[in-house]
Amino acid sequence: MSAIAKTALTRPGAEAIAAKGWLAAHKWLLLRRSSQFGILLLFLIGPWFGIWIVKGNLNFSYTLNFLPLTDPYVILQSLLARQMPEKLALTGAAIVLTFYLLVGGRSYCSWVCPVNLLTDLAYWLRVRLGLKGSAHISRPTRYWMLGMTLVVGVATGSIAWEMVNPVSMMHRGLIFGLGLAWAVLLAVFLFDLFVMRHGWCGHLCPVGAFYSLVGRVAVVRIKLPARAACNDCMDCFAVCPEPQVIRPALKAVAGTPALILEANCTNCGRCIDVCSKDVFAFGTRFNTSVLPATGIAQAAPK
Amino acid sequence: MDNENKPSAAARRQFIADTARMACGVGLLGLGVGLYAGHARALPPAAIRPPGALPEKDFSAACIRCGMCVRDCPFNILHLARPEEPLSTGTPYFVARQLPCEMCEDIPCVKACPTGALDHSLKDINKSKMGLAVLVDHETCLNFLGLRCDICYRVCPVIDKAITLDPQSNARTGKHTLFIPVVHSEHCTGCGKCEKACPTEVASIKVLPLYMAKGQLSSHYRLGWVEKEKAGGSLVAPDAEHRYNMPEGMKYESGKGLSPSAPADAPPGAAPGSSSGLPRAFQGGKL
Repeated sequence: MSAIAKTALTRPGAEAIAAKGWLAAHKWLLLRRSSQFGILLLFLIGPWFGIWIVKGNLNFSYTLNFLPLTDPYVILQSLLARQMPEKLALTGAAIVLTFYLLVGGRSYCSWVCPVNLLTDLAYWLRVRLGLKGSAHISRPTRYWMLGMTLVVGVATGSIAWEMVNPVSMMHRGLIFGLGLAWAVLLAVFLFDLFVMRHGWCGHLCPVGAFYSLVGRVAVVRIKLPARAACNDCMDCFAVCPEPQVIRPALKAVAGTPALILEANCTNCGRCIDVCSKDVFAFGTRFNTSVLPATGIAQAAPK
Repeated sequence: MDNENKPSAAARRQFIADTARMACGVGLLGLGVGLYAGHARALPPAAIRPPGALPEKDFSAACIRCGMCVRDCPFNILHLARPEEPLSTGTPYFVARQLPCEMCEDIPCVKACPTGALDHSLKDINKSKMGLAVLVDHETCLNFLGLRCDICYRVCPVIDKAITLDPQSNARTGKHTLFIPVVHSEHCTGCGKCEKACPTEVASIKVLPLYMAKGQLSSHYRLGWVEKEKAGGSLVAPDAEHRYNMPEGMKYESGKGLSPSAPADAPPGAAPGSSSGLPRAFQGGKL
């Protein structure tokens, strides 16, 4: 097992590629990258080519002068700073909240947020360069960060966090001009690469912390219909940006159903890709049926 | 008892230590963010907010930095502040000397704002108060030097209301007129066209944020002439005709000064001593 675990650390998913083929072993990763770049492109074809499908940025956008989408986190900060936004912004926030209550709050992190491209690249490089060791702070630090941004917002009566938020800084910068934001983004990248594994997205980012709270009751979750087939290759742990979410569901710790209910699962689907035994699948939080070890081929009832 | 308590006490100590560590670390970061946010609210004078922007304190709480106003400005004058610029990152502004506000009648930037950081109750662009033009340098203003530049007056979209030319005598030549541009704050929108058009190397007229450009009278001040007009008459006592304590035989006329009074019986210049044509002191040749 230790030999398998070792390959998992350097080239996770090799087994899955052998078993399912390269494309099937990268299906969700490719879809996810298409989503991330596609959304970015939708925002960029306006300023680049004058095709205005979407205006604005991730804080607020207006699609085809019809669909308002607002970041509920920034609206929360505005409300705490004692400003009541107009109806358009509130409507947009309600739509976005509803959407992430359905698909999982931190789906924002893995399918939309541009910083994820940066930190994924840092992690990929970290593995490739064989960089060991990582500063340790606990993952719940992000909730302290979230609390801090809200307290500072109340104390200063302004949306203070937006002044330094690397997430909106990157997205806004790509669309409206980066300025020195590149230095902030480089700092995040280098922090993740050299200082802390999954440092920004996995430990510190208050935006992700906010969306994880939204995702506590989210409908779309990763299910493990074939968890009995797990051969302990550790590939899923190696690729998962929040590996602590896997164990309870995979190992049925304290009778946990075969579902990843942990709010910090980003629904990135990479575990589905790299598992040669097809242990994981997208499902809903209501779907707790577990297939017998031999019945993998049989589809799980909806 | 001891065996049970010892590990839990250690765990409790660890928990408190970890919590304190996290709270302090994150708290320090929060202090930094808060101080930074406080500084950024001192809007630099050259950065003018779009029309209808709430006062800076409210604006920094209401603007969600989406850039919709930037997108809907047909003249592309608005920028979103970059992190290295000395105002809240991502908030919109323009620099009048580069590109002033064109004062669109339909105010698309305000309409585009989803939160109301640009106040939707602003319907008439002429009522906007983006800032206030101030003729900051009397030493370089060409009109102050006696030339007929008049450019700020001519380009003003609220011509003859926001900027007027006030004629004053030119003491240097003794025979010419200075046409002094005077800004009237009740009409100036702060669009910045005057600043953009000012031909001196560095603009002599500049749009400044209202808090910087505008003075304020103390609340207890009353302007007598205004109060009198409001009341339709004098507020202190019925206006009494002013009585001058005049030398005998003299009269005073406004603008003319003293002159001998001209009674019917004695025309001016009558023989001395005859009557009241001269002050009494001179009468009779005695002092």
